Amino acid sequence: MTLTFLLLGLLIFLFIIIPLAKMIFASASEAEILWKTILDPKVTSAIGLTLFAALIATLVGFLLGVPLAYLLARHDFPGKRFIEGLIDVPIVVPHTAAGIALLFVFGRQFFLGKAFGTVGITFVDSMAGIVIAMLFVSIPFLIDSAKEGFKKVDVRLEKVARTLGASPWQAFFRVSFPLAWRSILAGNIMMWARGISEFGAVIILAYHPMIAPVLVYERFETYGLDYARPIAVLLILVSVLVFIVLRTIAYRGDKS
Amino acid sequence: MIEVKNLCVDLGEFVLSDITLNIDVGEYFIILGPTGAGKTVLLESIAGLYPVRSGEIWLRGKEVTGVESEKRRISIVYQDHVLFPHLSVKDNILFGLKMHNASADEQKSRLDWVAELLGISELLHRRPDTLSGGEKQKVALARAIVTQPELLLVDEPLSALDLETRESVQQELRQLHKALGITILHVTHDFEEAISLGNRIAVIGEGRLMQVGTPEEIFRHPNSEFVARFAMTRNIFLGEAERKSSGDTVFKVDGTEFIIAADVDGTHHASIRPEDILISTEPVRSSARNCFPGTITHIADKGSTLYVTVSIPPELSCLITRHSFEEMELHEGKEVYLTFKASSINLFD
Repeated sequence: MTLTFLLLGLLIFLFIIIPLAKMIFASASEAEILWKTILDPKVTSAIGLTLFAALIATLVGFLLGVPLAYLLARHDFPGKRFIEGLIDVPIVVPHTAAGIALLFVFGRQFFLGKAFGTVGITFVDSMAGIVIAMLFVSIPFLIDSAKEGFKKVDVRLEKVARTLGASPWQAFFRVSFPLAWRSILAGNIMMWARGISEFGAVIILAYHPMIAPVLVYERFETYGLDYARPIAVLLILVSVLVFIVLRTIAYRGDKS
Repeated sequence: MIEVKNLCVDLGEFVLSDITLNIDVGEYFIILGPTGAGKTVLLESIAGLYPVRSGEIWLRGKEVTGVESEKRRISIVYQDHVLFPHLSVKDNILFGLKMHNASADEQKSRLDWVAELLGISELLHRRPDTLSGGEKQKVALARAIVTQPELLLVDEPLSALDLETRESVQQELRQLHKALGITILHVTHDFEEAISLGNRIAVIGEGRLMQVGTPEEIFRHPNSEFVARFAMTRNIFLGEAERKSSGDTVFKVDGTEFIIAADVDGTHHASIRPEDILISTEPVRSSARNCFPGTITHIADKGSTLYVTVSIPPELSCLITRHSFEEMELHEGKEVYLTFKASSINLFD
């Protein structure tokens, strides 16, 4: 049985690794083109924008998602299962559909779009649009991970803290949050990584300014595979590098 | 004085109702009850960690029913210690002092005091996951008392410990109570632990308070079948009490009449502790009013002691030492005599 499982596992592993490896090695043989791509300001700004927008989305997700995750982990109430299911909906909705749904709320002529418009924030073809598109599709990863982290913290630790003089806020920040921190961090990393890879929802809300996945798509559509590939490779390399660094930090935290 | 008045706590599947306790300052008070009786929730309610349905909690003349947990000055120690895993032993102990904004000098002096009191000075820089069960329990106690609470709640503190450590922590609790004069409310399901530590015991079960009394009262005079069984009384009977013309009162069960010390009649429960019954191979001359012949039906070996069941009828369980057992050469089917005092029979409804 082990051998069969090993062979099946190997097949799916190769399925993941071969396209990525082939693309990276093919580009490596054309180092000059890759180098030119790195120096192309349009490419570097697109990659920088992608990383930055995903970071902003993750920060917003952290501020709004962690409290919800804590409530879901600590309290039972009617309809809790339903709410938990709804939170995961962005994972299963086709992302172009998610983009259209967001447009119906944050578009200039719709209510939230109008409300934010009065304070000068618009979501169509803007950085804010990229952020909310990324936020929408990636927030379930953070909420789910943080919720599981809080669930693992024995509620009696908070109770002991309260009897020792801690207010509910102090019990949260001194006990529950530090103990759930690793799961929250892992959720943040997943959310950020998912944000970087988002294309469908972003392209509906904000084709411009151009994030890297949109730029790859545009180069592919306009100039063909050879022009799209170097940007794709660069995006993959940067993402993998940052992802590895963050996972290492989280893993060290886990060990300590 | 800690007063709990008509407290009702909703436990989901059942309700703990009408709990009234008056605990004196400096008393070691035990709440005894079976697993699942709601003992932990009762403690958490007193600490303000669990909502009460109705009733009042008073601490030194002040009502604290609606007061936040952090303002009650009631500490809790759980069965499995519940130390903060991300903090060192020292920081676990200092947690409460920091929450109360104690000065650095006060933190240091209190830490030194409590570490010495509990003999844990060597452990201060360790992490909780490197401690043994007994060490963890001591740290949990240190953390709870360092803030000098009005009331210390301890929830099954000995249950998670091995026998040897259990005795040492039990001794620690006794000494702590004596040295600090602190009021302790301790819940347990273990009758021997309750008898050994408590000034008074409250037995809870079936969702209510069954009996409150000294260990002696609970041990000798349980007021219900529930308490009698919990107090490890083996011989519990339902029978008829009757006043005889001779002036004696007898308790009739299975055709046998026991002479009892109570002046009652009607249907009652009676209990006799196994250690109060003398077993012999010949009738014994003594002041004890009850002496009956019977046949041994069962012998349960407990090591240094044995439970010998004798059918008079009814069947009575007697506790004897191994030495006596061997000396009398007892075995199943042997004819013996059982002798016990009228006052050894406890009557309840």
